[in-house]
Amino acid sequence: MEIQLRVNGKPYESKVEPRLLLVHYLRDVLGLTGTHIGCETSICGACTILLDGKAVKSCTLLAVQASGSEITTIEGLASNSQKGGNGIGNGSGAGNGALHAVQEGFWEKHGLQCGYCTPGMILTAVDLLQRNKNPNEAEIRSALSGNLCRCTGYQHIIEAVQYAAKKMSARKPLKMSASSGRTP
Amino acid sequence: MTTRYIGKPLKRKEDPRLIQGIGHYVDDLSLSGMHYAAFLRSPYAHAKIRSVDLSKARHASGVVLALSGADIDGAIQAVPCAAQIPDMKAAARPVLARDRVRFVGEAVAVVVASDRYAARDALDLIEVDYEALTPIVNPEKAIAKGAAPLHAGHKDNVAFKWELEGGDLKAAFQSADKVIKQRIVNQRLIPVPIETRGVLADYKPGEGQLTVWSSTQIPHLLRTQIASMLNFPETLVRVVTPEVGGGFGTKLNVYPEEALVAYLAIQLGKPVKWIESRRENFQATIHGRDQIDDLEVAIKRDGTVLGLRCRVIADLGAYYQLLTPLIPTLTGLMMTGCYKIPAARMEITGVFTNKMATDAYRGAGRPEATYLIERVMDLVAVELKKDPIEVRRKNFPQPKDFPYATPTGLIYDSGDYQKALDVALKVADYKKLRQEQAKLRKEGRYTGIGISTYVEICGMGPSSAMPAGGWESATVRVEPTGGVSVMTGSSPHGQGQETTFAQLGADILGIDPSQVQVVHGDTSIVPYGIGTFGSRATAVGGTAVYKSLQKVKEKLAQIAAHLVGSDPERMVFADGKISAKESPKKSVAFGQAVSAAYVAKTLPADMEPGLEATTFFEPSNFTYPFGTHICVVEIDAETGDVKLVRYVAVDDCGNVINPLLVEGQVQGGIVQSVGQALLEEAVYDEQGQLITGELMDYALPRATDMCWIETERTVTPTPVNPMGVKGVGEAGTIAATPALAGAVADALAPFGIHHVDMPFKREKIWHLLQKGNGRTQ
Repeated sequence: MEIQLRVNGKPYESKVEPRLLLVHYLRDVLGLTGTHIGCETSICGACTILLDGKAVKSCTLLAVQASGSEITTIEGLASNSQKGGNGIGNGSGAGNGALHAVQEGFWEKHGLQCGYCTPGMILTAVDLLQRNKNPNEAEIRSALSGNLCRCTGYQHIIEAVQYAAKKMSARKPLKMSASSGRTP
Repeated sequence: MTTRYIGKPLKRKEDPRLIQGIGHYVDDLSLSGMHYAAFLRSPYAHAKIRSVDLSKARHASGVVLALSGADIDGAIQAVPCAAQIPDMKAAARPVLARDRVRFVGEAVAVVVASDRYAARDALDLIEVDYEALTPIVNPEKAIAKGAAPLHAGHKDNVAFKWELEGGDLKAAFQSADKVIKQRIVNQRLIPVPIETRGVLADYKPGEGQLTVWSSTQIPHLLRTQIASMLNFPETLVRVVTPEVGGGFGTKLNVYPEEALVAYLAIQLGKPVKWIESRRENFQATIHGRDQIDDLEVAIKRDGTVLGLRCRVIADLGAYYQLLTPLIPTLTGLMMTGCYKIPAARMEITGVFTNKMATDAYRGAGRPEATYLIERVMDLVAVELKKDPIEVRRKNFPQPKDFPYATPTGLIYDSGDYQKALDVALKVADYKKLRQEQAKLRKEGRYTGIGISTYVEICGMGPSSAMPAGGWESATVRVEPTGGVSVMTGSSPHGQGQETTFAQLGADILGIDPSQVQVVHGDTSIVPYGIGTFGSRATAVGGTAVYKSLQKVKEKLAQIAAHLVGSDPERMVFADGKISAKESPKKSVAFGQAVSAAYVAKTLPADMEPGLEATTFFEPSNFTYPFGTHICVVEIDAETGDVKLVRYVAVDDCGNVINPLLVEGQVQGGIVQSVGQALLEEAVYDEQGQLITGELMDYALPRATDMCWIETERTVTPTPVNPMGVKGVGEAGTIAATPALAGAVADALAPFGIHHVDMPFKREKIWHLLQKGNGRTQ
């Protein structure tokens, strides 16, 4: 089947088997291996991506279901320019952009150990902070409850999200005057 | 040495790649022409294999190879077991089952195809004719008279008997005022690293080189074992460990798939990848714990524990993995915990059942020990109507007693158990907690306070006490441009050695941590090493790094002294310079001294060129971290729901290189342990089916299951290594279950309940309360 979609700001057109999972499309077809597979049953959240801005688990979606949508993976979250398709990242390729505040929070607060759940955790946190700019601890725990981490015990992840929330709200006036195009 | 970086909470060097999704775990690697393997696994816990028909699978689209156990007969040795216990019976796990399967998930056949979907499709075309046999699931029934042995040539299902006794146990029980008896169960757990196992193998026939990428904690040991299992020259095997998405002991092992995928790559001349599914991970990667402990405790009226006797039934599963029989013996060594108990005895019966093997799961035998001895302390307190704190204090060794010899034959290196307890009591405000508890009880609310004062055996360990070497290696090479490469045998899986070892390098050589690159997990680059487990990376691996750094530093001091005309003893390394103490003018840039070592024109006479040192550090003893954890739970008497309300952890892991990372290890360990206490339990039904075979049925702790963890540390350095570090990777897992168990028992005390086996699921608590009609006594 033909599918068309945008991933990290770039348009793609592919012919895929109807049964191809979205996560395998991202990883094996597009080579975006930052999205991980942890359980294949939507429980662990390691495969979380943003689909049209919302955090979803890509291991139980078919690639064909994502046709016509806009996807952000962990590789597209860091940004070094203003042309982000959905205002979340710009897809300029990972490794050379400015870190998203949530990524920065995870680094600052030691929000990861083995790093395997981290991309999913980060994107889930980005989704939360889009909806709730100043979440309290209980709200953060609740938002992250669909993502399993076996290393950190979650506490540093919560601090990472709090760090990002603070940083993003502090940046807000700056962002408006500089119209940086990044979601606060 | 000035410590600008050691002891500071540096952010991790590992993180930039991981938070951007550009690190590489095994499944993120692909090679040209790569094929995919998939395994057909037994749906029966116990069955004869009459036949395996691969003909349809072999002709399926995309399939290039399909093999059963018969096809590889004699070509691949069984899974190795490094643990040796006198008179233990053989139970080697075959790489593919041949004529019998002994647990659900045992591999029966393998298919290789051009893509992963085709490989999995082809599994459905394999026809296996099984003759179902009666499974043996319950370990007590397994060793009951008349139970059929699982393995041919065995007379029963006893794998081994192991005994340990120290002190005068008879006298202890004779002079006791009271004897307490209790059975406690440490349930079987499934470790669940979020990254499952995975293997990629590539064989280059021209060079004869076999490269295996595996998600493992022990790249070098795996290399040796793959070479042995395949009868392949070890010199031509390279094992690479890329990012590892969590191990927790499961990847401190050698699995059938690691040898078999390598074999397939050799047979096909094509790269072959296998990535374990989560269901396979549940069924066929090692499990943890699974002990039944029958305790007898001899006590005096004042709370002194005189003696402890424990009979253990350890459910080993069907076959041995690398360390399976060893794990329960660690429980024996640590059974007296942090108490001066003069006499102790443990008798372990290792038992075969139709289940996956148990082996090292974070803590490995020691969480079981802490759990049993801490339950003992609580039961003594209940029996004597004393505060559990008082009973613990009564039995602590004093700081002057260290090094302290236990009746189980260990020498505890250093400790101040009172201090950690005092800090915990203060942070928790214990007195106030008890007052609040009394007040709430009057309102019909049931809170419980749990205490765990623990000691663990870490820094594994002296080779004399380890199955296959307990030392660790490190090479430090200062490159001609001045960068420092640290090659460590402690291959990490989230512990952060790239950062902590860079902190060591930076302080010892007076340079910036960014100049130090830690290299690990590639047997072609790193000197032969052991790996990361048993809270050993810093205490053993870090010490090897420390010693190699000192050797390089000594040489650099000689070179610098020679260049500036001073004495090597007087050279100070700081801010990227090597300077003589007596005069700031007598100074060379770090890079200048390094360059001299390579250009080799201005070296002291008789000095070899180059700047590289290797150390194989052999620790003289284990290390013994300790601490006190206190928690509060509230139980809803109507629903049985157990809610964790407060958690205070005071840990002492000796000196600390990076407090941020120590904090992460402590918190993560606690939550993993809370998982065992509240949620987790591997359940096999009577047919030997693993009914908790997915994350949908096996509950891991989520963010919402935890309260805020309050942490403090005390610092009691160890004399076992020059840095005084003890290790912290397993502290939380070892300490937390008894704290939770104590809290639950304390909350239920008004109902006359003083011990409940884990996990404390609400239906279990509810049923207990129903039995007593929910009446308080």
